Amino acid sequence: MELDTIAAISTPMGEGAIAIVRLSGDKAIDIADKIYKGSKSLKQVDSHTIHYGHLTNPTTGETVEEVMVSVMKGPKTFTREDVVEINCHGGLVSVNRVLQLVLSNGAKLAEPGEFTKRAFLNGRIDLSQAEAVMDLIRAKTDRAMNVALGQMEGRLSRLIRKLRQEILETLAHVEVNIDYPEYDDVEEMTHKMFIEKAASVKKELEHLLQTSQQGKILREGLSTVIIGRPNVGKSSLLNSLVHENKAIVTDIPGTTRDVIEEYVNVRGVPLRLLDTAGIRETEDIVERIGVERSRAVLREADLILLVLNYSDELTDEDLNLFKAVEGMDVIVIVNKTDLPRKIDLERVREAAKQHKVVTTSLLEDQGVDDLEEAISSLFFAGSLEAGDMTYVSNSRHIALLGQAKQAIEDAIDAIEMGTPIDLVQIDFTRAWELLGEIIGDSVHESLIDQLFSQFCLGK
Amino acid sequence: MQYDAGSYDVIVVGAGHAGVEAGLAAARLGAKTLMLTINLDMVAFMPCNPSVGGPAKGIVVREIDALGGEMGKNIDKTHIQMRMLNTGKGPAVRALRAQADKFLYQQEMKKTIEDEENLTLMQGLVERLIVEDGVCKGVITKTGAAYTAKTVVITTGTFLRGEIILGELKYSSGPNNQQPSIKLSEHLEELGFDLVRFKTGTPPRVHSQTIDYSKTEIQPGDDVPRAFSYETTKFITDQLPCWLTYTSLETHQIIDENLHRSPMYSGMIKGTGPRYCPSIEDKVVRFNDKPRHQIFLEPEGRNTHEVYVQGLSTSLPEDVQRRILASIPGLENVQMMRAGYAIEYDAVVPTQLWPTLETKRVKNLYTAGQINGTSGYEEAAGQGLMAGINAGLNALEKEELILSRSDAYIGVLIDDLVTKGTNEPYRLLTSRAEYRLLLRHDNADLRLTEFGYNIGLIKEGRFNAFVAKKEAVEREKARLQSIFIKPTPQVQEIVTQNGGSELKDGIRASDLLKRPEMSYEHIELLVPSDEKLDSEVTEQVEIQIKYEGYIEKSLQQVERLKKMENKRIPENIDYDAITGLASEARQKLKEVRPLSMAQASRISGVNPADVSILLVYLEQGKIARVSNS
Repeated sequence: MELDTIAAISTPMGEGAIAIVRLSGDKAIDIADKIYKGSKSLKQVDSHTIHYGHLTNPTTGETVEEVMVSVMKGPKTFTREDVVEINCHGGLVSVNRVLQLVLSNGAKLAEPGEFTKRAFLNGRIDLSQAEAVMDLIRAKTDRAMNVALGQMEGRLSRLIRKLRQEILETLAHVEVNIDYPEYDDVEEMTHKMFIEKAASVKKELEHLLQTSQQGKILREGLSTVIIGRPNVGKSSLLNSLVHENKAIVTDIPGTTRDVIEEYVNVRGVPLRLLDTAGIRETEDIVERIGVERSRAVLREADLILLVLNYSDELTDEDLNLFKAVEGMDVIVIVNKTDLPRKIDLERVREAAKQHKVVTTSLLEDQGVDDLEEAISSLFFAGSLEAGDMTYVSNSRHIALLGQAKQAIEDAIDAIEMGTPIDLVQIDFTRAWELLGEIIGDSVHESLIDQLFSQFCLGK
Repeated sequence: MQYDAGSYDVIVVGAGHAGVEAGLAAARLGAKTLMLTINLDMVAFMPCNPSVGGPAKGIVVREIDALGGEMGKNIDKTHIQMRMLNTGKGPAVRALRAQADKFLYQQEMKKTIEDEENLTLMQGLVERLIVEDGVCKGVITKTGAAYTAKTVVITTGTFLRGEIILGELKYSSGPNNQQPSIKLSEHLEELGFDLVRFKTGTPPRVHSQTIDYSKTEIQPGDDVPRAFSYETTKFITDQLPCWLTYTSLETHQIIDENLHRSPMYSGMIKGTGPRYCPSIEDKVVRFNDKPRHQIFLEPEGRNTHEVYVQGLSTSLPEDVQRRILASIPGLENVQMMRAGYAIEYDAVVPTQLWPTLETKRVKNLYTAGQINGTSGYEEAAGQGLMAGINAGLNALEKEELILSRSDAYIGVLIDDLVTKGTNEPYRLLTSRAEYRLLLRHDNADLRLTEFGYNIGLIKEGRFNAFVAKKEAVEREKARLQSIFIKPTPQVQEIVTQNGGSELKDGIRASDLLKRPEMSYEHIELLVPSDEKLDSEVTEQVEIQIKYEGYIEKSLQQVERLKKMENKRIPENIDYDAITGLASEARQKLKEVRPLSMAQASRISGVNPADVSILLVYLEQGKIARVSNS
């Protein structure tokens, strides 16, 4: 729909100390005001002014971010609609938290190219750009769909399908009660039965939100560990990744002070590089924190970057590392191609098995592209041009899951209030539709199909 | 020998439930109207179950009434019992259902038609349309009568190339052994229309005096007088009950043993049947773990002993039907009066229609009812009314009327048909309406009276009464929103007596009413109104206040829908010229030719990116026009 208030992160990921979440639409100021605490309500401030304050979660009262908020009323804005820009601390965690907050308070995540499209539709962009806008929509949407689908293969998509089926059966049950009131074969869905269903769905949604790999990656980054013998170039690799991608160093509360983590964004894949301090200081994680601890770190990792030395023979120590990371996602980096080769690449490939092997000279900045490509294709099963797209589709899933959970909670509240079940059904249906949006399937007709396959009807 | 039989504004072909509404509506709009039927004794005939209304359908009847149609009034005058269904649920799904005296229903409707000023009722079998340059200009009957008209509405029900199938027997026939309409079907194909083959069925009828009712459960009507029409003032109090019995294991055994003789399974039936109205053999096969199925025994009228055996629709051979009947408790010695049968017929693929129900292929030609792939009297009547209204308005050169999905179930029905099409006989279900909470039984008048009045089907007196009711509702709502109720002992007592928790503070009367345990009567007790308020008014007040939150949510959705509906797509748009549309979307858009962005977005196969591209394209066109001028 063209009429929702939309929001998106409008600064590139991982760049600069400040990030901006932009809202556009007739509810932009309302939504921002709901979560903003400052000296004045945003509804009362003049247009094109900027204000210091804090964002709080209106349901929990918890303070989320320290922000500067610009309020710009239409039509003198980019989209000609009311626009609010929330300037927050840069970095994946904080900017994402702000986005989620905005989304859970009524904004809809912008579709690819949607700000531009609105600007056009509202007459802000001239005619000559129209074709380009259309191409943009087509191209970006298709890519976003591909990425989304790529990610959706597997466990999460199966879980969501299962969950939707559960909801659908409940919906069909209620619908049968409504459309076939004299049909005595189905017991009447009671509030108690409904609340049990709703509670079980809610639990699964919460579980999904907490544990889904996608969600975890988005909130925390893909935890990545660089391993290798001393002097193979781990520290150069770290520096290279950090330098190339302008990482933001963040102290994560709750982690011990000596384990510092750094975030980088590699072609849309947010990486959380573990124990970077360790690498910087001693160049050897095993040496520094002991075998047990390093094993623990390894177990936590989503991605292993295993570095070998091109100018040295493959050692037993190297092979032990291969063994230690068996069954994990690994990229093997054979570094130092600027020096004469001593390593047997055949043996490396043998040891690497199905894992990707990349050769680099980090010193001469050779092969870094290949490495980044390997990282991104490992997680999105395809080349990805625009990094932010990945981020968007991830964030979209989380937003939808969150909204679905909210809808289920609304349903539970309503049941507890004694609201008639066909009204509660509205929230339940909403949850089903939202989950459908995640897997790109919201066809209403399937409820009716369910109705007739589940029950034998005919009055 | 063809002869000139006269000229009219509107011709309605068929006088079933769609046809009668179409004819009456057109005539009442002031169009000189002709209604042609194959058999004058079949006007408003109920070839299947003798009942009107039920979930979703009952609301359609209310909507027809609010728009100035006839079905509600007619059933109010001729029913044998009425029941409000779903009373234990929310207001959105309450629905009225009447058992009809099907003979009285016909008589009464025929008389209403005969009494109607601008309406001529005539027996005749239409075989061809007069079509010149893609514009329909009249019809020609089997007897050679050529009638000309500005617009034509076809409502042929299941008559188009109808074939009755009963066991091993198959013969050309309309419903209830009426003469079928074969040439017209062929003619529609000649004109280039896509037709599909659908199937429906009906159960046997039995003699009431041979039923042992002691083995069945009684199903009486409601004690309270009820009516569909907002104009009805005389209520029928003398009601007849229906009766409930069940199939037995023996029934299922007989069916199993004779499945090979069922045309459904032998492959004789090719048409697609409705899932919501399966035959008994279908139920037994598909749900073979169920030990029994419900059978309702419904009187077909007051002046007959014929009883309709609801739930036993079948096309098994007659001898098997007799054995099935005898296997059902209460029907052991029953006398069968008519056998059940299946009927196959042609329907027009409904995506060939505009939302006005005018065909895209032939101008000034409308189709309504079962010919459009629906089933059910109410679905037919709702379409008939809209087709009649639009054929009439068109003939009188006035702007046509399209109801939106948020206005009425009729809007949902027609939009579904013309936007998505259907691959089985289409039935309305409450779950098809995304704004179900707004499309209630109780507020059909609030939603639609104004439409009816604006086109001239609702007369001044009724409109004034409607406005007065609407104002009374608003006044009372405002009053309850302004009154503060203090937590006095009397108040606390009423609250706790009804299972609520005591008030901690004073509360607005409207907020107190929102509590689940409170009803309008309780509030009225505490803060009585000076006005004597009608129960229809207080019902509205209660529903509107109690469900305000949900209603508000729905209204917000409607708001968004309206914005998309207001983005019109020109009829002559060239989809091939729009770069970037996916090819499936392009093909679907060319087929359906949606009138608004809202409609376009509902077409299956048109995804959000296509919708965006279309929007951009349309805006581009607008800008181009502005810069040209």
